[in-house]
Amino acid sequence: MTIWTRIVQRDLRIAWRRRSDALSSLFFFVIVVSLFPLGVGPEPSTLRLMASGVLWVAALLATLLSLGRLFAADHLDGTLEQMLLAAEPLWLVVTGKVFAHWLTSGLPLVLLSPLMGLQFGLEGDEIAVLSGALLLGTPVLSLIGSIGAALTVGLRAGSVLLALLVLPLYIPVLVFGAAASGAFASGLAVTPHFSILGALLLASLALAPLAAALALRISLE
Amino acid sequence: MMPWFLASSLLLSIVGLYVAFFVAPTDFQQGESYRIIFIHVPAAWMSMFIYLVMAGWAGAGLVFNTRLSGMMARALAPTGAMFTFLALWTGALWGKPTWGTWWVWDARLTSELILLFLYIGFLSLTAAIEDERRADRAGAVLALVGVVNIPIIYFSVVWWNTLHQGASVSLKSAPKMATTMLIGMLLMALAFWMYSIAAALLRVRSIIREREPRAAAEV
Amino acid sequence: MQWGSWSEFWAMGGYGFYVWGSFAVTLLCMAGEMVSLISTERAARKHDGEKV
Repeated sequence: MTIWTRIVQRDLRIAWRRRSDALSSLFFFVIVVSLFPLGVGPEPSTLRLMASGVLWVAALLATLLSLGRLFAADHLDGTLEQMLLAAEPLWLVVTGKVFAHWLTSGLPLVLLSPLMGLQFGLEGDEIAVLSGALLLGTPVLSLIGSIGAALTVGLRAGSVLLALLVLPLYIPVLVFGAAASGAFASGLAVTPHFSILGALLLASLALAPLAAALALRISLE
Repeated sequence: MMPWFLASSLLLSIVGLYVAFFVAPTDFQQGESYRIIFIHVPAAWMSMFIYLVMAGWAGAGLVFNTRLSGMMARALAPTGAMFTFLALWTGALWGKPTWGTWWVWDARLTSELILLFLYIGFLSLTAAIEDERRADRAGAVLALVGVVNIPIIYFSVVWWNTLHQGASVSLKSAPKMATTMLIGMLLMALAFWMYSIAAALLRVRSIIREREPRAAAEV
Repeated sequence: MQWGSWSEFWAMGGYGFYVWGSFAVTLLCMAGEMVSLISTERAARKHDGEKV
C-alpha cells in the first residue's frame, strides 16, 4: 500500500502548493448555490424545497470543474507515463489520485454544505441529512469522473467533453442524493436512500478505477 | 449482402404499415392517435437494442483487439442516436393528445432522453480523438461503462417518478392490446431492425474505406 | 378497411397532425440517413474507379 499513500501525499502536496485551483472550484460551488435564491426569489418555503436539489447539482458541477486537473498536469510533465510503467497496478495509482482529488474537492464541499443549507433556511437535522448524503455521494462523483478524465486526457476541448461524458452517469447519484433530503423533509425514512448511495459508492469503488486505468492505457498508447 | 437487408426492411415496413393503418382497430380510449405506437415503440426498442449491440462490439473489440469490432460499434452509433431521437419525437407527439403536454417527466421518456445523452457522449468522444484506433478503443470503454450504468439509471429514474401507465408491451406481462396491434408493432420492429443492419453495414464499409483504402477495394 | 374515404384517412380521427407529424419525421430521418449513406458509398466507389 506504500505507493498508494505516496501517491495521495504527493497529490495533496501539489494541491496544497496550487491552493488556488481547489479554492476556485469551492468558490464556484458557493457562487452557483447563492445564485439560485437570486434567480428564484427569497421566498423561504420554495428555497427549503429546492435546497438539496440545488446543492447537489452545484456539487456535480464543482466536481466536474476540478476533474480536469486530475490527470492533465501529470500528462503534461510525463509523470503519467511513469505511472503506467510502474510495477504497481495502475488502478491502485488511480484510486490514490481519486482519493486525493476527493480530499481536495469533494470533502470541502461537504464541510461547506451546512453553511449553504442555512442560506436556504434548513434546520439542524435537515442539514445533517443533506451533508451526510453529500459525504456518501461526492466520492462516487470523483470515482466516476475519473473515468471521464482518463478518457479525455490530452484532448483539446477536454473539459466540455468531460461534462458531456460524465453528467449522464451522475444521474443515479443525483436522484438518490437529492431525494434523501426530500424524503426526510416529508418524514419518510432516509435509510433506503443512504443504503443505495452506499451501494453506488462500493460499486464505483470497485469498478471505476479499473475502467479509468484501462482508459488511461488507451489514451497514452 | 446489404441490399437484402434494405429490401426486407422496406417489405416489412410496408406490410407493417398496412396492418397498422388498415387492420388494427381504433383504440377505444385514445381513438386514432395511438397509431403512433407503431413507430414509437419499435424506435425505442431499437435505440436500446443498438446501444447493447454497440457495447457488445465494443467489448469484443477491446478483448480480442480486432479493429473491425471497433468500427462496427462506431457504425451503429449514429443510427442508434437517430432512433433515440425518433423515439423522443414520436413520444412527444403521442403525449400531446393523450396527456395534453409535449413533454412529461415520465420514467421511460426520461431514461430515453438520458440514453440520447449517452449516444451524444459516445459520438462526441470518438469525434474528438484524431487517432482513429484510439478513438474506437476510448469509445468502447465509454460504451461499456454506459451499458453498466443503463440499468442503474433506469432504476433510479423509475423509482424517481412512476407516472407512466404500466408498460403495455413488456416482456413479462402479456400484451393488453389487440393481437393485430401487436403484430403491426412487431412487423415494424423487424423492419427497423433490418434497416439498422443495412445502415450499419453501409457505414462500416465507408469507415473501412477511409482507414484502409486498399482493403476496401476488394470488399 | 375502416376508412370511409381518403379524407377521413388523412384526418385520422382529428389526430392527423400528430400521427402524420411523427410518421413524416421518422420517414424523413430514415430515408435521409439511407440516402446519405448510399451517396457517400457511390461517390467513394466512383473515386476508387470501381463499378458503381
